[in-house]
Amino acid sequence: MTVGIVGYGAYIPKYRLKTEEIARAWSQDYAKITASLAVHEKAVAGYDQDSVTLAVHAAEHALVRADISPEIVGALYVGSESHPYAVKPSATIIGTALGCSRDYLATDMAFACKGGTAALQAAYALVASDLVQYALAIGTDVAQAAPGDILEYTAAAGAAAFVVNSHTQEFLATIDATVSVSSDTPDFWRRSLQQYPEHVGRFTGEPSYFAHTCQAAEKIMAKTGSTPQDFDHVIFHQPNGKFPVQAGKKLGFSSKQLAYGLLSPDIGNSYSATILLGLTNVLDNAEPGQKILLISYGSGSGSDAFVMTTTDLLQERQKSAPTTGEYIHDKKYIEYLQYRQIYQVREGKKE
Amino acid sequence: MKIAVIGTASTAYGEWWDKSLRQLLAESQLTALTDAGLAPQEIQAIFVANMCAGQLSSQVNIGALATNILGLHIPGTRIEGACASGGLALRAGIAAIESGRADVVMVSGVEKMSDVSHAQGTQSLMSATCYETEGFVGATFPALFALVTRAYMHRFGITREHLAMVSVKNHKNGALNPRAHFRKEITIQDVLQSSYVADPLTLLDCSPMSDGAATVIISTPEFAKKIGKLNVSIIGSGQASDTLALSQRETFTEFKATQHAAQNAFMIAGVTHKDIDLVEVHDAFTMAEIIALEDLGFFEHGQAGHATVAGKTSLQSNLPVNASGGLKAKGHPVGATGIGQVVELTEQLHGRCGARQVHNARIGLAHSMGGLGSTVTVHILAQDV
Repeated sequence: MTVGIVGYGAYIPKYRLKTEEIARAWSQDYAKITASLAVHEKAVAGYDQDSVTLAVHAAEHALVRADISPEIVGALYVGSESHPYAVKPSATIIGTALGCSRDYLATDMAFACKGGTAALQAAYALVASDLVQYALAIGTDVAQAAPGDILEYTAAAGAAAFVVNSHTQEFLATIDATVSVSSDTPDFWRRSLQQYPEHVGRFTGEPSYFAHTCQAAEKIMAKTGSTPQDFDHVIFHQPNGKFPVQAGKKLGFSSKQLAYGLLSPDIGNSYSATILLGLTNVLDNAEPGQKILLISYGSGSGSDAFVMTTTDLLQERQKSAPTTGEYIHDKKYIEYLQYRQIYQVREGKKE
Repeated sequence: MKIAVIGTASTAYGEWWDKSLRQLLAESQLTALTDAGLAPQEIQAIFVANMCAGQLSSQVNIGALATNILGLHIPGTRIEGACASGGLALRAGIAAIESGRADVVMVSGVEKMSDVSHAQGTQSLMSATCYETEGFVGATFPALFALVTRAYMHRFGITREHLAMVSVKNHKNGALNPRAHFRKEITIQDVLQSSYVADPLTLLDCSPMSDGAATVIISTPEFAKKIGKLNVSIIGSGQASDTLALSQRETFTEFKATQHAAQNAFMIAGVTHKDIDLVEVHDAFTMAEIIALEDLGFFEHGQAGHATVAGKTSLQSNLPVNASGGLKAKGHPVGATGIGQVVELTEQLHGRCGARQVHNARIGLAHSMGGLGSTVTVHILAQDV
């Protein structure tokens, strides 16, 4: 049975914090930071937003593009590393806000930055096994970083959602294959009562991001009998603007293939949503019959890879809901102090 | 003095995410045994150089680790002298042979630095300073060498460009060394524009933290001759010490311990500076190479920077310095470094260095320095005729 994406949606909050502004606040060398991270601004959620509210926006757009009622959603998976509760599922809050019936399966997922693709894989599998008709997969995060940490330049907010089913005539893109690789590689972590995550310098590179990304890429290309030249679009996880470019070079992809899927220079790294926003932007701009390769990376570690093919129907639905590009360009700059105040208010630490 | 070097091995230096302290050590030990054509049972004592494993890998008692790896119960001893640990371990091995206590000795060096953050590595290296008076108040090694550099620049009028040339030269050599941590050539502009570590020293003025291990097997000449391996020998060795604290030195622009160690080594070897064909110096920082070359007696004080810019220490010159790429490009797995220098010299004297081979290499000198020249060894190796 073929499974495909029948609806998709993006949401990126409006506020932007510039790398230049963070560097100013910490008296750091802005030019050096930008050169090393290749991110010049990041998206920041407002104090009354969280990963659940962002998810609802993205999922609403996905349902509109799918042209279905929320009541027929049979499963809802949401991947995040900033679920509002340690115990109390985000999935049911989102499901109720969307207007789902009670007749659905709801599950929260987490795997650092690949919680969203984990959700997509689970949705794909549930539909492929014929357990449900329509499954909704969401990646969403309002990511945080310790003040003064290098991660502060990139930890951002965003959400992306996908409706998946097996009705060929509804497909906007088919999911042709998916594989995963996993290992116990502790490059980035946060204990449950710890306020901010920790990471270990250069260990997050070669043995972590690159090892898993490249292994998953090679595995899925072998499985599907593909070479880099077969793909019109390739999307990598993008913790900064450099790693995906390096991964592309290592694996033999051109910068043209990466172009639509590389957003973190403009919106930062929204963790579970990052790679899926790359996918929504590709879908917003793709032509029919184009092949997409997507390889996520989650710290701790693992990579999920997907091969997809767009359909003719996609072009009819691209403009049915706000596009990724519209959200990227709808922005309002804030200062560092406001950024920190927003965090305090959201966490209930200040009036 | 005539101590035969009958087997050598070195891992590549770099970030060995997949290899632990013991794996790196084992690799170099076993490869050295193969190089010497010896079974482990023929080794009679092992000396292992290491500085940071107690802090970074929670592992001391490394002498026993070294013998365990080979399945032996022979004497195993860990030797430490900060970054000169390798040179010191070699001296201990030489003493064991000269005293008649052993005929065949393995001397290894190993360091595993990539298991911790850069900050933790820096902290561990600070234990080579006078911690009570200098390290404790925040004097890291780059900071102390920055003070030395300022003093030297003030006294002798060299510029950051002179320093940068050391790094450029060593990177050029490192690009030819398959075992080097960094195999990319750089320019003077690259050095000048890299981030400051401790003004005036930038990132590219400073040697990296690396993982790696190196081993040499040394023996009496009689044993070497018996197994047909009398090709390269250690003919001179010197060691000296100085204050830990920079604030207690009479001068910031010379390291007396290097001068004394070199004098001893030359005296024992019975050769002069003119006889030396190549030098491996301890360029923990670009400034360190310049000062070392002067303290070793190859250049007048204040001149080595100019000599470097003039190409007098390049691979093509009469006195190639750090043909291996030095600490800067080859890498600096602390405990391994001093032994790695001897591996390099031995391979150069065997004519096995490919693109970075020094022509007519017959006599070489290795300079190993711990702290701010608080512990220094100098060794001289020669081809056997």
